[in-house]
Amino acid sequence: MSSHTHHGALAHQFEDLTQQREVASLGMWLFLVTEILFFGGLFLVYSVYRSWYPAAFTAGSHELLVWAGTTNTVVLITSSLTMALAVHAAETGNRRALILLLLATMALGCVFLGIKSYEYWTEYIEHHIPAHGFEFQKEYFFQAQIFFSLYFVMTGLHALHMIIGLGIMSVMVWMSWRGKITPEYPNPIEVSGLYWHFVDIVWIFLFPLLYLIGRHVH
Amino acid sequence: MSTDTRAHAAAGPTRVYYVIFTILIVCTYLTWQVAYFDLGKLNTVAALAIAGLKATLVVWFFMHARSSSRLTWLIAFGGLLWLAILLALTFGDYLTR
Repeated sequence: MSSHTHHGALAHQFEDLTQQREVASLGMWLFLVTEILFFGGLFLVYSVYRSWYPAAFTAGSHELLVWAGTTNTVVLITSSLTMALAVHAAETGNRRALILLLLATMALGCVFLGIKSYEYWTEYIEHHIPAHGFEFQKEYFFQAQIFFSLYFVMTGLHALHMIIGLGIMSVMVWMSWRGKITPEYPNPIEVSGLYWHFVDIVWIFLFPLLYLIGRHVH
Repeated sequence: MSTDTRAHAAAGPTRVYYVIFTILIVCTYLTWQVAYFDLGKLNTVAALAIAGLKATLVVWFFMHARSSSRLTWLIAFGGLLWLAILLALTFGDYLTR
C-alpha cells in the first residue's frame, strides 16, 4: 500500500483517499441494489396485470399526457447531464461551477415535479384517481383502476425519490458553499450523483411503460 | 486492491458527457416515435430495448461504472441477478397457468 499521507479529508479507518472513495461509492451502489428490487417489485406487478388486461392498460395509457411524460424525460436526462458535470467540477476543484451545476440540477428537478403536479391535477379533474368518483368507459371501469393505481403508486414513489434527491442536493450545495468539497474529497457529490442518476433510470423505464402503451391505435 | 490512477479516472474530459446526453435525447425521441408504429408485440420489446440501452449508458458513463472497481460491478450485477430471479420465477408461474 502507498505511504500514509495524512490528509484532512481522510478518515482514520481508511488506507488512503482512493480506498475511502471506493467504499463510499460501493455503499451507495449497495443501497441502489435494494432500490432496484424495491422498484422491481412494482414493475413485476405492472407486468402481470398488463399481461392480464392489455386492452384496459392501453385505454388507461391513452388518457395520460404524452407531451408531459416526454418533456419530463428530457428534463430528467438534462438534469443527469448537469449532475455528471457537477461531479466533474467537484473532482477538478471548480467550486463556483459545482454550486451552479448543483443548483441547475435542483431547478430541473423542480421543473419535473411541477409538470408531474400539473399531470396529477388534470387526472384529478378528469376523475382518473382510482377511488370514489372514478370515471372511465364502462367496459374497462374496474381494470383501468388497476392501471391508474399502478400509475399513481409508481410515479408517486418516483416523485418521492425526486423530493428526497432535492433534499440531498440542498445539503450538497451547503457543503460546497462551506468549502467541504475538494478534489481530494468529492465523495459526497459523487455518491449523491449516483442516487440522482438511478432515479433518472427508473423514469427512463416508467415513461414508455406508462405513457406509450398502444399509442399506434389512434 | 486500489490504484492511484483510479481515483482520478472519472475526471476525464467533459466531452463524453455531452455526447452521451445527445444519444440519450435521440433515444428518447426514438422511443416516443416508435410507439406510434404498429409493430405488434414488438412495440413493447422496442420500448424496453431502448430503455435498457439508455439505462446502460447512464450507468456506464454518468455513474462511472467504466472506471469503477470490479467489486462495484459485482454488486451492480448482483442487483440485476436478483431482479432476474424475481421476474423469472414469477413469470414461470403466471405465464404457464
